[in-house]
Amino acid sequence: MPEPSQPPGGEWIAPGRKRPAGDAVFHVRGVTKVYRMGDMEVHALRGIDLDLFPGEFVVLLGPSGSGKSTLLNILGGLDVPTSGEVIYLDHDLTSASERELTRYRREHVGFVFQFYNLIPSLTALENTTLVTEIAENPLSADECLRLVGLEQRLHHFPAQLSGGEQQRVAIARAVAKRPEVLLCDEPTGALDYPTGKLVLEVLERVNRQLKTITVVITHNVAIAAMADRVIRISSGAIIDIHKNETKVAPSELTW
Amino acid sequence: MTALNKKLARDLWHMRGQLITVALVVACGIATYVTMRGAYESVLYAQQDYYSRYRFADVFDHLTRAPDSLAASIASIPGVSSVQTRVVVEVTLDVPGLDEPALGRIISIPERAAPMLNSLCIRSGGYLDPGRRDGVIVSESFAKANKLNVGDTIGAVINGRWERLQIAGVAISPEYVYEIRGTEVFPDNRRFGVMWMSREALGPPFNMEGAFNDLTLSLAPGASEADVITRLDTLLDPYGGLGAYGRYDQLSNRFLSDEIVQDRITGIFIPTIFLGVAAFLIHVVLSRLVNTQRAPIGLLKAFGYSNLSIGLHYLKYALTAVLMGTIVGAPFGIWLGRGLAKLYEDFFRFPELRFISSPGMIGSAILISAVAACLGALGALRSVVALPPAEAMRPEAPARFRPGFAERLGLQRFLSISARMILRNLERRPGKALISTLALALAGAILVVGFYFYDGIDYMIRVEFQTASREDVAVTFNEPHGSSAQYAVAQLPGVMRTEAFRVVPVRLRFEHRFRRVAIMGLEPDRQLRRLIDLRLNAVDLPPEGVVLSSSLAKILGAAPGDRITAEVLEGRRPVRQVVVAGVVDDLIGASAYMDIHALNRLMEEGPTTSGAFLSVDPLVAERLYLFLKRTPAVSGVSVREAMLTSFRDTIARSLGISVGSLVGFACVIAFGMVYNGARITLSERSHELASLRVLGFTKAEVGWMLLGEQGLLAGVSIPLGFLFGYGICALLVRAMESELYRMPLVISGRTYAFSAIIVILASAFSGVLIFQRLRHLDLISVLKARE
Ligand SMILES: Nc1ncnc2c1ncn2[C@@H]1O[C@H](COP(=O)(O)OP(=O)(O)OP(=O)(O)O)[C@@H](O)[C@H]1O
Ligand SMILES: [Mg+2]
Repeated sequence: MPEPSQPPGGEWIAPGRKRPAGDAVFHVRGVTKVYRMGDMEVHALRGIDLDLFPGEFVVLLGPSGSGKSTLLNILGGLDVPTSGEVIYLDHDLTSASERELTRYRREHVGFVFQFYNLIPSLTALENTTLVTEIAENPLSADECLRLVGLEQRLHHFPAQLSGGEQQRVAIARAVAKRPEVLLCDEPTGALDYPTGKLVLEVLERVNRQLKTITVVITHNVAIAAMADRVIRISSGAIIDIHKNETKVAPSELTW
Repeated sequence: MTALNKKLARDLWHMRGQLITVALVVACGIATYVTMRGAYESVLYAQQDYYSRYRFADVFDHLTRAPDSLAASIASIPGVSSVQTRVVVEVTLDVPGLDEPALGRIISIPERAAPMLNSLCIRSGGYLDPGRRDGVIVSESFAKANKLNVGDTIGAVINGRWERLQIAGVAISPEYVYEIRGTEVFPDNRRFGVMWMSREALGPPFNMEGAFNDLTLSLAPGASEADVITRLDTLLDPYGGLGAYGRYDQLSNRFLSDEIVQDRITGIFIPTIFLGVAAFLIHVVLSRLVNTQRAPIGLLKAFGYSNLSIGLHYLKYALTAVLMGTIVGAPFGIWLGRGLAKLYEDFFRFPELRFISSPGMIGSAILISAVAACLGALGALRSVVALPPAEAMRPEAPARFRPGFAERLGLQRFLSISARMILRNLERRPGKALISTLALALAGAILVVGFYFYDGIDYMIRVEFQTASREDVAVTFNEPHGSSAQYAVAQLPGVMRTEAFRVVPVRLRFEHRFRRVAIMGLEPDRQLRRLIDLRLNAVDLPPEGVVLSSSLAKILGAAPGDRITAEVLEGRRPVRQVVVAGVVDDLIGASAYMDIHALNRLMEEGPTTSGAFLSVDPLVAERLYLFLKRTPAVSGVSVREAMLTSFRDTIARSLGISVGSLVGFACVIAFGMVYNGARITLSERSHELASLRVLGFTKAEVGWMLLGEQGLLAGVSIPLGFLFGYGICALLVRAMESELYRMPLVISGRTYAFSAIIVILASAFSGVLIFQRLRHLDLISVLKARE
């Protein structure tokens, strides 16, 4: 079912809100997230301020439970903050409805998770086609799979692919819609060293060729070297943002 | 509470939706079992109790006239325990508030209450007042149908004289539990009633002083009924005996016993379907549960829990469903059974019809469902036991898919990606898809069966009341008359057309088989009464020979061309050979037809009639009725329209409850199947569905991908359900076919449509519930976990 008709790009600027300052794509201010479990309150995010710029490759580092996934999910429209504001171009994600968030994800966001979350009953090609069918201006599914180096595996089902291959299908699927932003939550978490590197190379290539803002969560500090910026989070707050003067190619990373 | 039981409680709460649907299906099984089995046992018990307490006779006979002294010879037949001779006559009645004449069958009883066979159970008023000659006791069904009370009077033509009878009491008799005249299948209690009068009052006007024309007797324990009947027939032959018969052929008892047999059949049939479906649901739900709990199972085993205790743990899920089903189903079944018993009381009159729901019966209902549940759980339990602990801790191997059947045929171009998902998922578990489809088809089939009863009855009405019998009124003379009687009837007010008929009681014999029936002689060019077969074709009566109904042909084992013997049981009682000229495949009873002229020739009589079919000008019908009520030569009048109305009323009432509950039960199955199927798919594929949501698919789109599978199954199941429904109807028709009548196997488009619509609605409803769950799918937590 189509979402309520709106011109592409979206015009639902909330009244009284301004566009993100400068050329930032994401504009995050004072975002907090509180989970309530009975009487207990878990403060997953405590006042995050952050801007993300076109085409940048960002790595999010932080100890377990620090709030990385929570932040990523809010950026991707899977979740909404308890307070604060999140603005993507002219979309106010803070006050968006469930429907609007779905539409936002559909049009602008690609996700890659630690566990690949492919549809087991569809082949690599079909998993990718699934997305191109609902996107406005998609890449072709073949093209995407070629981009991730899987042109030989088009008609394989997930169960017939290795973990790394599955993750690359997941990336192909995520980029097929030509998203403005690609959000990756521990994409190499379940992979061995060489496979992990392969996946990182693919991410780098996507970022470079498609100019997609790419945010990668990882526990692997070595990966930070390939980022434009490295953001460190601890206990729900940003403790450091570091800009890499020179990026290292993923093939040269070691850990 | 042990840790394992805590887990049980939490799991049960978590899967409460599925548990409830399974419990509901179990409840349906238990309810139908309790209702139907209870009805069977209740009616059986009521029948046996009634028969023994009110001394229902064993052998019955009707004759022309015999002196009372013959009673002693009858009593001395070996095996006869006691004999009751009596006078039984049929008279035209004028009932207050009823336009048409009614028919009364008056049975003589002793003037003072005395022990007798077929003794009366007085319901209101009292026994006859010995001083009075005009007192009658009327049957309860007749009194109720006509709102007659003790003290009211009824007009009656008693052997040519119009008399007033006063109601002294209202009673029921074991001879007329099902009070029916014998010429039709369904009772018409307004226009036919049994009443009892004193022998002293009834004898003289019918020339039966010191004589009798009817008798019933009881047999000594161990006596041979057949021997007694043979001797009785020999003894009564000179007195115009119509041929004695036992309880089996006694009309009321026959209908009642047929009903009891049918109750037993449906009482096995329907609950079996439900419990089968319940077993399947339990199987599906438990297998799923065990699959998702592989790791905990492995852990428990690693901790040293035995296979037995883990198996029992999972069995408890199934037994919880049975327990819940019992708690709902048993009281509901009892409630429904009580309603059914009330309904029975409209048809069958017992001193008391208590719905029996013995603890034993309920216990067996629970036991049977528990067995069904255990059977359902078996597969899942086997996999629990077979799982080695180390293996169990590993996640289930990833689902293997392959291109679907349609794609292997090269049809993928025509299939959308979501259609491919649906087909591949179905093909991956063909067994599960098959059984789900079968269960849904069964639900559809139950609906077809329920609505079929309306079709069958409609068709019977079309055949019997609209195509075969087109007369407005049938008049029966008190004795056979020459053709002048027909002319006299034709002169009555409002009569537009008359067609004579002749009814002759005979015993038809072929080889060693025989049957007492009446041959109906009809005019050769007739319009008012036709012979119609099952396919609504008119059957011609040849100028010679007899046409048998198919059930009679089967009883006699005779086919067209066979020569059979007709022993006439009237007048000079000739014995004749007659050729079977044809067999008509009809619906009602064992009957025989001849051309009236051929029948007159067979009887060696001139043109003689027993009555006439009339078509009547409706404007003057009332005057005609008034006239007929007081015409001494007329002993019976039946009005087709009135019969049809009463037939419809009775049927509508009796079908209402049973069809209503069948529909309800079928909805539960359809709902349970679709809900459970989709619910399990939802949990098995929550990862997949959440991924789709993350990719930006809307809830509606994801919902269709999920429910499409169930929709497809429902779609396939509908035509299959038609097929099953037809099959079950065919089986039921065969199982319930009796000598008295049978249901035609015709199922209307309307029935199929209703069945399909209800399955679709029930599926849609469960679809909506699943949709609700889908809305609350927590994307983040689903994706955080490994599949
Ligand atoms: N649904 C939830 N309910 C309650 N608390 C939650 C929920 N989701 C996350 N939290 C809590 O919020 C905090 C942040 O969680 P988050 O998943 O963002 O951590 P993370 O940085 O991604 O950790 P990891 O590296 O282990 O994935 C944690 O303390 C977690 O316990
Ligand atoms: Mg995380």
